[in-house]
Amino acid sequence: MYAQMVKSTGQGVKSRDEMSAEERDFQDKVDADIRIEPRDWMPEGYKKTLIRQIGQHAHSEIVGQLPEGNWITRAPTLERKMILLAKVQDEAGHGLYLYCAAETLGVTRDEMTEMLLSGKMKYSSIFNYPTLTWADIGAVGWLVDGAAIMNQVPLQRTSYGPYARAMVRICKEESFHQRQGYDIMMRMARGSEAQKRMAQDALNRFWYPSLMMFGPSDANSVHSEQSMAWKIKINTNDELRQKFVDQTVPQAEYLGLSVPDENLKWNEEKGGYDFSEPDWDEFFDVLRGAGPGNTQRLTDRQKAWEDGAWVREGLMAHAEKKAARKVAAE
Amino acid sequence: MKKEWPLWEIFIRGQHGLSHRHVGSLHAPDAETAILNARDVYTRRNEGVSIWVVKAADITATAPGDKGPIFEPSETKVYRHPTFYDIPDEIGHM
Repeated sequence: MYAQMVKSTGQGVKSRDEMSAEERDFQDKVDADIRIEPRDWMPEGYKKTLIRQIGQHAHSEIVGQLPEGNWITRAPTLERKMILLAKVQDEAGHGLYLYCAAETLGVTRDEMTEMLLSGKMKYSSIFNYPTLTWADIGAVGWLVDGAAIMNQVPLQRTSYGPYARAMVRICKEESFHQRQGYDIMMRMARGSEAQKRMAQDALNRFWYPSLMMFGPSDANSVHSEQSMAWKIKINTNDELRQKFVDQTVPQAEYLGLSVPDENLKWNEEKGGYDFSEPDWDEFFDVLRGAGPGNTQRLTDRQKAWEDGAWVREGLMAHAEKKAARKVAAE
Repeated sequence: MKKEWPLWEIFIRGQHGLSHRHVGSLHAPDAETAILNARDVYTRRNEGVSIWVVKAADITATAPGDKGPIFEPSETKVYRHPTFYDIPDEIGHM
């Protein structure tokens, strides 16, 4: 998913006896699948965890535009260019839906942006990897959006109303993203030898970073346990990763490409593939800011924010002047 | 100077004949720009034929705590529903 290692209260789930009357009412609503709306009572920890999670998700959509935007001017055909533009525009839209959902919890858009730019809030590790060839754009749509969908589909049932509704819109659009990526991969995999090599190379580089998107195993994480009790996390990281691998391996086979994992093997007993874990040291390095693209991504976002300041301020000043003139004329 | 663009709630009529429905919100300096932004954010796939924008600060809403006094009185007025009345079968559909 686009949110990784989101911390909740860190204290584990309270028993019913430890809960206040308000907390019990709240948990009963969540358990009965009644959506929590912005002005309903909610525990402080629920609100804080949601701001972290939705914020990280929104930032990922926004930063996620950068590796793909990189190829808009160099797309191989006009049609591919229009498709990629539409996809990148969707990512901006997804970021906006999510920011709005987070804002209903009392944090402002500017506060969230500033937390991203200062590094206080994170975005998904995956967007710190570079898109070196056109085949990478195919791999990003197929694998990265594919992994995102795995997590976002269950989140349509999450307990917080505005988040669930944003997720519904996002999921509708995300399917286009994955299919256009696979379409690029099919074209490359059936192309010349050189194109096929590019497709394989893209799969080689994006396979493990895609598996990392789900985050390390959280079977014993108190944060995940609490988030699952609140229904802001629906499945464990391992469940989703397994589902992703099981879905993706046959798609790679269809392309005639090989998944870069010599331990990959169908396990009849569990009805899924056995596969190698990604390098978690690399994952933590990337989260810490030492990935191949961290500095570039943040610098680009900071520059966009600073360069756009005069536009934001100018339009606001203009709107105020217009409103004042209208009042004076009345 | 630091001033965030105000928040606007966006309502879209999906097809002719339907009411406008709340779809989400966005930031814009004024109403005209809010409409332009709403087109880009909420109707990229033909989702609408008409857009309303309303400043979020201008909306007055019921509070969750008022739910009881406001909505509960109608719960006991079952006679407002057609199913309250037994009409003999020989009368047919009514």
